[in-house]
Amino acid sequence: MKMRRVLSLVLAVLMLAALMAGCSGSSNKNVIKIGVFEPASGDNGAGGKQETLGIQYANQETPTVTIGGKEYTVELSIVDNESSNDKAATAASQLVSNGCCVVLGSYGSGVSIAASPTFEQAGIPAIGVTCTNPQVTEGNDHYFRICFLDPFQGTVLANFASAELGATKAYCLAKLGDDYSVGLCNYFIEAFEGLGGEVVYETFPEGNSDFASYVANAANAGAEVFFAPVSTEAAALIIDQVAAQGLDMPMLAGDTWDSNVILNAANGKAVDIYVTTFYQEGGDPDFDAGVKEWINADATAKTNNGGDDTIAAVTAMGYDAYYVALEAIKAADSAEPAKIMEALWNVNYEGVSGPITFGEHGNANRDTAFVKHANTETGAWEFIAQQGVN
Amino acid sequence: MDFIQANLPYILAGISVGGQYALIAIGYTMVYGILRLINFAHGDVFMAAGLIMVYASTVLPLYLAIPLVIIVTVLIGFTIERVAYKPLRNAPRMSIMISAIGVSYLIQNLALYITGGLSKQYPSIPWISDSVTIFGATTKMVTVITPVLTMVLIVALVLLIKHTKIGMAMRAVSRDFETSQLMGVKINSVISATFIIGSFLAAVGSLLYFSNYTGVTPTAGSMPGLKAFVAAVFGGIGSIPGAVIGAFIIGICENIIKGLGWTTFSDAFTFALLIIILMTKPTGLFGEKATDKV
Amino acid sequence: MTKLNDKKNSIIALALVAGMFVLLLVLEAVVPHTSIVFTVLKKGAIYSLVAVSMNLLNGFTGLFSLGQAGFMLIGAYTYAIFTIPVADRLSVYQYYDGGLIQFALPSIIALLLAGIMAAIFAFLIGLPVLRLKSDYLAIATLGFAEIIRAIFQWDKLGVITNGSNVLRKYTCYNSTLFYFAVAGICIAIIVLLINSSYGRAFKAIRDNEIAAEAMGISLFKHKQMAFVISSFFAGIGGALLAMFQYTIQASQFKTALTYELLLIVVIGGIGSITGSCLGSFLFIACSEWWLRFLDVEGAIPLLRPGFRKVVFSIIIMVIVLFYSQGIMGTREFSVSGMINFFKTGGPIGWIKRKRAAKSKKAEVTVNE
Repeated sequence: MKMRRVLSLVLAVLMLAALMAGCSGSSNKNVIKIGVFEPASGDNGAGGKQETLGIQYANQETPTVTIGGKEYTVELSIVDNESSNDKAATAASQLVSNGCCVVLGSYGSGVSIAASPTFEQAGIPAIGVTCTNPQVTEGNDHYFRICFLDPFQGTVLANFASAELGATKAYCLAKLGDDYSVGLCNYFIEAFEGLGGEVVYETFPEGNSDFASYVANAANAGAEVFFAPVSTEAAALIIDQVAAQGLDMPMLAGDTWDSNVILNAANGKAVDIYVTTFYQEGGDPDFDAGVKEWINADATAKTNNGGDDTIAAVTAMGYDAYYVALEAIKAADSAEPAKIMEALWNVNYEGVSGPITFGEHGNANRDTAFVKHANTETGAWEFIAQQGVN
Repeated sequence: MDFIQANLPYILAGISVGGQYALIAIGYTMVYGILRLINFAHGDVFMAAGLIMVYASTVLPLYLAIPLVIIVTVLIGFTIERVAYKPLRNAPRMSIMISAIGVSYLIQNLALYITGGLSKQYPSIPWISDSVTIFGATTKMVTVITPVLTMVLIVALVLLIKHTKIGMAMRAVSRDFETSQLMGVKINSVISATFIIGSFLAAVGSLLYFSNYTGVTPTAGSMPGLKAFVAAVFGGIGSIPGAVIGAFIIGICENIIKGLGWTTFSDAFTFALLIIILMTKPTGLFGEKATDKV
Repeated sequence: MTKLNDKKNSIIALALVAGMFVLLLVLEAVVPHTSIVFTVLKKGAIYSLVAVSMNLLNGFTGLFSLGQAGFMLIGAYTYAIFTIPVADRLSVYQYYDGGLIQFALPSIIALLLAGIMAAIFAFLIGLPVLRLKSDYLAIATLGFAEIIRAIFQWDKLGVITNGSNVLRKYTCYNSTLFYFAVAGICIAIIVLLINSSYGRAFKAIRDNEIAAEAMGISLFKHKQMAFVISSFFAGIGGALLAMFQYTIQASQFKTALTYELLLIVVIGGIGSITGSCLGSFLFIACSEWWLRFLDVEGAIPLLRPGFRKVVFSIIIMVIVLFYSQGIMGTREFSVSGMINFFKTGGPIGWIKRKRAAKSKKAEVTVNE
């Protein structure tokens, strides 16, 4: 009896939805849409916003692209994936539904892995900007990326910890269920143990803000380096706790920590922080000056950059990713996602963060990382070394 | 000595976080005692207090910002009760609890909108944010202050409940809602007073908590809130000493669990403890002794 | 309603169901498959199933349970774990050398297994928990959901659950029809159950436990049954959610998910199946689609990312405060009801009657 009521109701809703679908408009002829799939809130919100800034800056610098002799306006379609894997799928389908021909992002590997099948289904190529986990591109043809990978980064960090910091025992901290930190810790541990080191590995659950016990664990374990490649949000709390407990060991982390959030948290505290990253301010003075000018002129941009004009490496990467996408569109000479995907394999672009070409699995051929040290007095990053694996 | 030095940080962290849970838990236990309502929004009021402090301290000096935070938090607590719970006083209990969930949802989303989804750095308050060394273990001053301040506030609260007119009214209402109404107790003002006290303690708790763990996010209140609630149930909901003892036990156990390397289960353990107590002694540790039942 | 009318109505309803599926087919053929409409429809269908299963507990049996997210997690994981192709296991379980399980089940069997696993867990959890009353039951089930989440994230069990890392590459269906068919069948079974003698026993327990017991209804047995059945369907819903998302991870099954479902049940009307379905589609459409424009930064000052959620939660608060009965109350949607509704003047007539009822009620109070 009631079943038919249920089903008839479902029908009514359906009809309404169909009506709505019929109303949604068609796209403009002279506009080409690039999707920006980045977190603007949640754990990785700060980093995602900085990466988006790079893309936006590049977009306002070069807002058009010529296809088939006709000038097209490039429109950015920005959605927030909320740093959460379950929101990623719907955010991605939003981009697909908006008619994007190529997608840039995301900051954070987990959301990229989660959204990947949605893009694959739709046949849209995606260019990972700073998602370093190998699983993002592994086993598929549509996901590319312009940054280095975690096995490489983990090895660089392990080498650095062992050779430069002289550590034999490391404390590793990752966030439960976060592909980026769990993955990077895993590769770091592999490499570090390969070098004869010893490792204590722990994870913290989501929503945890009490890091006192973890820091005490590191001290009690007798570790000589504190490796915590976690989100900046947790990082700020960890740095604070390390300073409060007077933990006397250098801290080491991956590319997420290359952010002014970390600099602000460490400012004036007795902490010793090293990070590996993609870009060092000063690498391309023209780009630096341009971005700074743009950020200082735009209040929203400045807020999104964390309130100052420090250039995060992810901003430079976002900038490069946009131009890589444009190169591919030009090479394909089409707004068709399938053709752009094909063209991406042969893109050769000289970016501010170095030359970009794609190799196996659509990963960028990169073999160097920058190591930086946080100066807690001036509140700026100091360049330490440029490291490769060999 | 080495043993103490190695393990003291966990105990200290446990005691301080326990004290902070205790301050939140009192809000839960008092409201439950009177309205039989699990005020799910209480943890978010706690978070809101943290956020207000972040914004207030950018424009005001600390000696003005702190009182402002407390006043605004109390106002928020008061308003929530008036707007979201009072109209439902005669509705089924489930609807008022759902209203609480709705308020919690609203506060979190408002915070998300205002902060833009980013973690906000809590201002460091001089003296209580400084480092201090006890028996060779270094920690923040706030870790030491929290249990002391918590105890002082609780003694004051117990005195208030025992010896003032409003305290007597609270006890009467929690014992029997309808009869006390018939006896001329102004129910609405008693309930408002409960929310005001609860929010005040949550504001103080947030000052201490966020001075220790300096990031405020829209969801920063939900876990501490849930744990404080568990502490209240653990100690026997409705009982103030029960809530305080429950909070300290949970805070300390949680940090010991982390120290033992069972980090995955630090949150789950709290709930396991809750279920065990509900199975064996459903009224909690101090539930039956109706001594200070509010 | 006479027997004859009943038969006529059933025929109409069957025609409507058939019409709905035809419409879906047409929709899939006409609208590009990338459209957001399908995302909303699929997710709406999944949420309908889970909300109805929650309503069976909260609305029809009067058990205030907040463990739905945990049972969805079990369902989602069971389905995902058993349908990852053997060839892909090494890449999914990359930190655990391919994991322990080296076979894959057909997806239909895995789907059933998802429900069964959730039901088994529910049975075990129900043994101690169902003795508790109202709020205590709510908080205990909530606690169990959190414990389940922690267990599934434990790295010692990583060879089965992949620790806290994502599960992916399992069998997924892209057709909206599939989600509607599965959810539709499950909801139909729940409706049949509610209309059976068991369903009447559930309602008796909800209305008055002591009276129900006096009538010879075994309280524990029926509560246990409602709990297990509800969890079974929550497990199926979880498996559907896993398919819909392509990847699944324990960290998404937080208390917030349960709260969301509870709000849907309340918006739709506690004790109304059609209400829960309607609530789900409205909730999903609003949060994923219709209100998106509020997030676009532009000329209007207040609009920026996050505003959508503020507006959305205000709408929810308004419903909770002023329409505490929800959209449907405890009523159900029906064709004859609809016809009646329009015969008596449609929405205007409804408002008139409402007003009349209100003033009558006011009179009564005055007289008292």
